[in-house]
Amino acid sequence: MTDTVASAGAPAMFGAKGYPAALERIARRAEAFVIPLAALVVGMAMFSLFILAVGKSPVQLYETMWRGGFGSWFSVQNSLSRAAPLLLAALCVALPARLGLVVIGGEGAIVLGGVAAAAAGMALDGAPSFIVILVMGVAGMAAGGIWIGAVGALRHYRAVNETISSLLMAYIAIALMNQLVEGPLRDPASLNKPSTQPLADIYRIGNMPGMEVHWGLAVGVVACVLSWVLIEKTRWGFAARIAGGNVRAAQVQGLAVGSLVVGFTGLAGAFAGLAGMLEVAAVQGSANASLAAGYGYTGILVAFLARHNPLAIIPVAFLLGGIDASGGLIQRRMDLPDATVLVLQGMLFIVILFSETFYGRFRAFNPDLWRRSN
Amino acid sequence: MTARFTLNRRELLKTSAAGAALGLASASFPIGRAFAASAAVGFIYVGPKDDYGYNQAHAEGAAALKGIEGLSIVEEENVPETVDVQKTMESMINLDGASLIFPTSFGYFDPHMLAMCAKFPDVQFRHCGGMWNKDKHPMNAGSYFGYIGMGQYLNGVVAGHTSKTKKLGFVAAKPIPQVLLNINSFLLGARSVDPTITCQVIFTGEWSLAVKEAEATNALVDQGIDVVTCHVDSPKVVVETAAGRGAFVCGYHANQSPLAPEKYLTGAEWNWAKVYKMFVDDLIAGKPLPNFTRGGLADGFVKMSPLGPAVSEPARKQFDATLAEMTKGGFSVIKGPLKNNKGGVVATESQAFAETAIELESMDYLVEGVVGSTA
Repeated sequence: MTDTVASAGAPAMFGAKGYPAALERIARRAEAFVIPLAALVVGMAMFSLFILAVGKSPVQLYETMWRGGFGSWFSVQNSLSRAAPLLLAALCVALPARLGLVVIGGEGAIVLGGVAAAAAGMALDGAPSFIVILVMGVAGMAAGGIWIGAVGALRHYRAVNETISSLLMAYIAIALMNQLVEGPLRDPASLNKPSTQPLADIYRIGNMPGMEVHWGLAVGVVACVLSWVLIEKTRWGFAARIAGGNVRAAQVQGLAVGSLVVGFTGLAGAFAGLAGMLEVAAVQGSANASLAAGYGYTGILVAFLARHNPLAIIPVAFLLGGIDASGGLIQRRMDLPDATVLVLQGMLFIVILFSETFYGRFRAFNPDLWRRSN
Repeated sequence: MTARFTLNRRELLKTSAAGAALGLASASFPIGRAFAASAAVGFIYVGPKDDYGYNQAHAEGAAALKGIEGLSIVEEENVPETVDVQKTMESMINLDGASLIFPTSFGYFDPHMLAMCAKFPDVQFRHCGGMWNKDKHPMNAGSYFGYIGMGQYLNGVVAGHTSKTKKLGFVAAKPIPQVLLNINSFLLGARSVDPTITCQVIFTGEWSLAVKEAEATNALVDQGIDVVTCHVDSPKVVVETAAGRGAFVCGYHANQSPLAPEKYLTGAEWNWAKVYKMFVDDLIAGKPLPNFTRGGLADGFVKMSPLGPAVSEPARKQFDATLAEMTKGGFSVIKGPLKNNKGGVVATESQAFAETAIELESMDYLVEGVVGSTA
């Protein structure tokens, strides 16, 4: 690499004829931040128009959102609590997406992971707590992994569309959960809300020190970082990205595409299953219909907004957790319906998807274009 | 520390933080000042406030409190039974200063409300569902609930008079005791008119699943059923679908007559306004709130929708007479001789269960005449 690049047609705003390599690097990196942030601002501006149209003040709305989601330590903890399950749920979408697969049935893996974890906890009642919690985690991950891994296997070996099959399997998973918690796994004392036997307190996962957010948040962050390392820094991740780019090329290169597909979908499902286990061990204390709380579906939104980058999932989940947290205050203070924040989420989703088309188009972010004549 | 300062460091921090928070709240949020000195009451709903059902019934109760001087009502809808509801309660306490909270969904109780009761011993929590037990649960928690079985019995009386095919339909969420009691009561009310009447039940498996509710209603009407009722969170889909197919409907939870004015016969409604007023009166008077309160039709916890235009004169007469008998007291819906629909005896000749009977709380059968299965 040379320090400077000779160029004839440099744009005027950059003045000099050549550019330091560092500037080029910053420009290229900046694109990944500036475009999503600009999209966020555009989405919020569009939402302001919507709020004006229903006769409320956008200024008051954003002030309330800030207060409800981010403006105090209590609000931040509120947002983080809501973000915790979204991290793992989003990985269930983002990992297969790197292979070019659109998996939207993470909800199924979450509920089955929760049921498997609760069943493991019941079976091992009386054993030391770290063993029970470990086995619950493994059981939840196994259940979720098998469920979404099966989606990957159906895709690769039987050419079944993974989007449709994962969604349909989520319905089956919820029905299976209902069957199990209303039948063989039901605690007879749970009359009007069928649930599994409550876990003993020693088998519950508590809050992290200094905050009222359970350990699931830390687990989710670690899972995101590990997933990023897997995708960006290992040969499996490299192979997966090649297969995601062009399956034929990957096969010609001799990559084991089948193992990659099943492995990545299995891992994705395992993360979702772990989210279900955490929901049981840290929040609910037993498995019941409350497990199907829609985290799997919000996870889709998070993964797409993060452009399937596991590291970006962390701030995006926090942002959506905050929007969710502030939704309550918006209802209470501004007398707007709950659907208000859904409109905001929807607008952000559309604008950010649309912004995908802008990557590589702006001169400022693309040093290759600087050198071309105008 | 000098003798003048009796505050320890923790208390000082707490006080100054509270002062700062109060200052911030009143400076940036002028409405805050208006209720700073009075009481705020929080209501939390699991679904939309305007669902023509379970949540609307509670929201109507909350609305009845608006306008009471010194009282502010804060409400949040569509709050799932997860950590979300815990944070909502906390937010109502921290940001709105709520001193009494009504988490209205059954699944909010354990572990969510109990966790908040432990965390905020000075705040009162009253939960809809009748789960509070003084041996197990804290004193700042409590339960309120209604016995609505007689309401479904009255629905059945009107349905029995109205049906020409003598076949009734029931769209139900889950085969749990409360729902089974409603199904059985509806059929028994109808059989008090004509003992040959049957009632087909379809369980959808979920409290709120519009597609299945519509499918179930259509399936019932396809079988020649001409009066339909339900026990799901929002009866809107069932009512509109059934009326659209020409069947009559009996309502549940709230008044659904605006959805089908011609086809709506009557309905079993909650009258939460009475219960919420009772709690709030005590709160304002500074009296301790009751921890456990339950009541039925006679106590005003439950009411009937006004009879619709399709209700015949004989139906109206029997409805009024039965209602009068229930209001008087001593009426039993589940009484012998009574068999379940598998032939087993559930009440012998001499047995009669009052609506408060503990045996009814674990009901696991459908009575003879109900077509369907609990599992």
